[in-house]
Amino acid sequence: MTATMENQTPLHRQLGLTDDELEAITQVLDSRAPNDLELAMFSVMWSEHCSYKSSRQYLKTFPTQGEHVLVGPGEGAGVIDIGDDMALAIRIESHNHPSAVEPYQGAATGVGGIIRDIFSMGARPIACLDSLRFGNLDDARTRYLTEGVVSGISGYGNAVGVPTIGGEVIFDKCYKGNPLVNVMALGVLPKSRLTLAKASGDGNLAVLLGSATGRDGIGGASVLASAGFDETSETKRPSVQVGDPFTEKKLIEACLELLESGLAVGVQDLGAAGISCATSETAAAGSMGIDVDIAKIHLRETGMTPAEIMISESQERMLAIVTPQNLDAVLGLAKKWEIDASVIGKVNNSQRFRIFRDGFDSEILADVPVGALGDGPEYNRPNIRDTQLDDRQKVDTNNILAEKFSNTKNFNNETLKVLAQPTIASKAWIYSQYDHQLFLQTVVKPGADASLIRVHGAKAGVGITVDGKGRWCALDPYHGAVAIAIEAIANLSCVGVVPKALVNNLNFGNPEHPEVMNTFSEVVRGTSDVCLASSTPVVGGNVSFYNESNGVNIDPTPVFGVVGTRESIEGKIPGVAFNEDDVLVLVEPMSAKSSGSGHVTLAGSELATMFDLRDGMAPVLDINSSLKTCDAIRKVSYDGVISAVHDISDGGLVTCLAEMSCASSIGFDVAIESNSETTLALFGEGPARFVIGVHQDDLAKVMKEFSDPAISATVIGRAGNDRCKIAHDSDLAVDLEVSEIKEIWSSALSQAIHQ
Amino acid sequence: MSQSTIAIPVFPGTNCEADVAHAVTLFGGIAKVLYHDETNLEGIDGVIIPGGFAHGDYLRTGAIARFSPIMPAIEKLSQKGVPILGVCNGFQILCEAKMLPGALQKNVGMKFICQETGLEVVSSSPITSRLSQGTRLTIPINHFEGNYTCDDSTYENLVKNNQIVLRYTDNPNGSRDSIAGICNERRNVVGLMPHPERASEEILGNSDGAEMLRSFMDAVVSSRMALPA
Repeated sequence: MTATMENQTPLHRQLGLTDDELEAITQVLDSRAPNDLELAMFSVMWSEHCSYKSSRQYLKTFPTQGEHVLVGPGEGAGVIDIGDDMALAIRIESHNHPSAVEPYQGAATGVGGIIRDIFSMGARPIACLDSLRFGNLDDARTRYLTEGVVSGISGYGNAVGVPTIGGEVIFDKCYKGNPLVNVMALGVLPKSRLTLAKASGDGNLAVLLGSATGRDGIGGASVLASAGFDETSETKRPSVQVGDPFTEKKLIEACLELLESGLAVGVQDLGAAGISCATSETAAAGSMGIDVDIAKIHLRETGMTPAEIMISESQERMLAIVTPQNLDAVLGLAKKWEIDASVIGKVNNSQRFRIFRDGFDSEILADVPVGALGDGPEYNRPNIRDTQLDDRQKVDTNNILAEKFSNTKNFNNETLKVLAQPTIASKAWIYSQYDHQLFLQTVVKPGADASLIRVHGAKAGVGITVDGKGRWCALDPYHGAVAIAIEAIANLSCVGVVPKALVNNLNFGNPEHPEVMNTFSEVVRGTSDVCLASSTPVVGGNVSFYNESNGVNIDPTPVFGVVGTRESIEGKIPGVAFNEDDVLVLVEPMSAKSSGSGHVTLAGSELATMFDLRDGMAPVLDINSSLKTCDAIRKVSYDGVISAVHDISDGGLVTCLAEMSCASSIGFDVAIESNSETTLALFGEGPARFVIGVHQDDLAKVMKEFSDPAISATVIGRAGNDRCKIAHDSDLAVDLEVSEIKEIWSSALSQAIHQ
Repeated sequence: MSQSTIAIPVFPGTNCEADVAHAVTLFGGIAKVLYHDETNLEGIDGVIIPGGFAHGDYLRTGAIARFSPIMPAIEKLSQKGVPILGVCNGFQILCEAKMLPGALQKNVGMKFICQETGLEVVSSSPITSRLSQGTRLTIPINHFEGNYTCDDSTYENLVKNNQIVLRYTDNPNGSRDSIAGICNERRNVVGLMPHPERASEEILGNSDGAEMLRSFMDAVVSSRMALPA
């Protein structure tokens, strides 16, 4: 856009507001046109990113109730009760667009932002997990983005003192122009310290804590997060914020001390839309009004306009609402932790949000009803199923691959190729750059099916996983979402954990495309069905639209973070590694066993993707028998009667067995009888399927746990020796040395990054 | 004898203080977490400077922390022979404060490393007294700047005085002579990059660090007996 054209475009459109939205704002202001400052604030607060204007009607349909839910969606973080008067705060958020523009700072500030959400609730942040999506690593820019994002998470997360204890990463060409960086964070708090961001009490003061406000991140939410990508995106670099983990660490300590000593009425983090959002939202939440004195805001640079100050997204800032009596103590605390603090506003009963130039008797720069900024429009956007989907779903990917390999008896090469895919290979190159052991809590470390932590002060163990396979949702958004949610629950069951709460990060393309809205609503429906069936309420989430580059949308990628508990953290916890001579048992829903049920499929699988086969039908699950299978696995894992368990996920049964072998450096000898083709039997994917390793003496006892007719448990072989052998219908399909498998699986990701 | 009190100084940016306090309690001590502006260390029997990012690691790791008000007080204790242990960032701070020789620079691979690492006990010290020379241990490391370096004469002194306490078996960060931990000439101040507190309980999957922390608590008791009441 040239400068002259820009000048001709009305300001509200330059800021991303439609003509109808301007009209609505004028109505809210009693027929007065908004001034530039007001317009700037509305443009950010009414952006897709802040207002959820396209998604809100669907998000309302999530099941959110549960006895243990202390705080549901809509607050800084969801909070659940984990017993012993302890609670867990959970939140997930994306930083996709900033990371695509500047990977290190984009990812770093993504970590910083979500951590502030957690401690604003009074919870000490204790863990982060990341769900990452990149294009294929044969592209140099993708390698740069991958290294940059991982370094950013490492650089910020380690220094801020919050361990990164798990996550997942998928490489797929659909994310080449638009990578995804979703960060999930967990915090722990005594229930008594639970704090909501509310400004109550006429005369109370709004204190801004932390970094000075600068021009960084101006319009991050509206400019970056609420539009797609094209070749001009590089010029958006100034919209990316810069992180300072040291200041954030001091903010954590200061704010927790503030809340612990009861010095704050409420605390709110400053995220998208900066001071405008934090001040107006806290006041609106408390049904109060608030006056802000813009001259009192400590600034990083001179010459900033009121609009720049009010919408700046400078990082590491918090807003505390305090009584005048406590002000000195609060300022003293800020001094102790070496952070800046300024009193920038006053709570009152006016129900108005007013901004003053310099002192409360000076010029009023903005004056709007306090709830107006947060009460953005709601759209019922056109929602139409993609007609191409029917044709794509009819493609029989299983058959295409079976024919491709109709003359193949030995699948050694394919096995090694699958294990060398960056999506499949060991992620140690990534998680060894993250502090994953801080707080002496990580009982099951990254690299397992789910992470398991002990919470100091609570008896229960807490399991966490994050999952989201976009390829499935691209084939069928409803069934894809069901499969992802079940996959997450299956992962938790491997560490003996009952799911308690789900947070979702819904990464989609352009909501103005009717078929994108349709995949969105179908994903919401699928998620809700699993949440209801498994009694796992949704306690929070984030929607990231406009994930497109040059007009092409990413695969619809819902990412589910599921948190759960096990009654006690003590006891034997079976890992992925099996023992010599363990009997290996394949446990799956009976419905997955029958051929043609569609539970296990090559459509969307790693093998199919290697051949660029991107059609077919997503796994179609029987939710109840899948959950029953997870329940049974959970029980044998919790009871410690099995020595190993691993869920069959990306890369199918072969990959599952190979990973168990890599973890133990022990081989296996397995025979599969099935009436399906070898390709499907070895590489087919579909969740809620597991391989367990059992000591011979415990076998009968363990098999009894799978006596429900909805569950199938089949002895498929034994662990032992140094070769990995899989026979399918009496043909030896795989016969490889453990050392060869391990070498390839362990080093493939690092090699792909450094090619 | 009553329980020993271990001071755990916290600088802005320190993050392992709760972990070290947990471990101290586990091995029979009383943990006293002190903010870095504290100058009164009366009643303190030993000091463990925990890991983290004191002052954000800005300028250079430990470079700002050495000027904190608590540091002269710690140095005074060390001169009395009180056992002082620096873990990770604590080691870096002790080097910057010249209470230990040498320096820690960025890892050879220019990446942060968090992983289990093999160690070999080289000499007896407040953290290795319960372990015989040559004992192999696995302890996690967690650092970007753990690459120990020093000039030749310092190195020769370290060797001559038997001040190298621990060596990596598979040098992960490029440290000179695979040095993972050293002590001062008097052998009461020890610094090491690995985190024994992260490997001191079965539930965390590794308890190789327990004997190191028990050794330290032994050293504190011996020092209390040697000091005038």
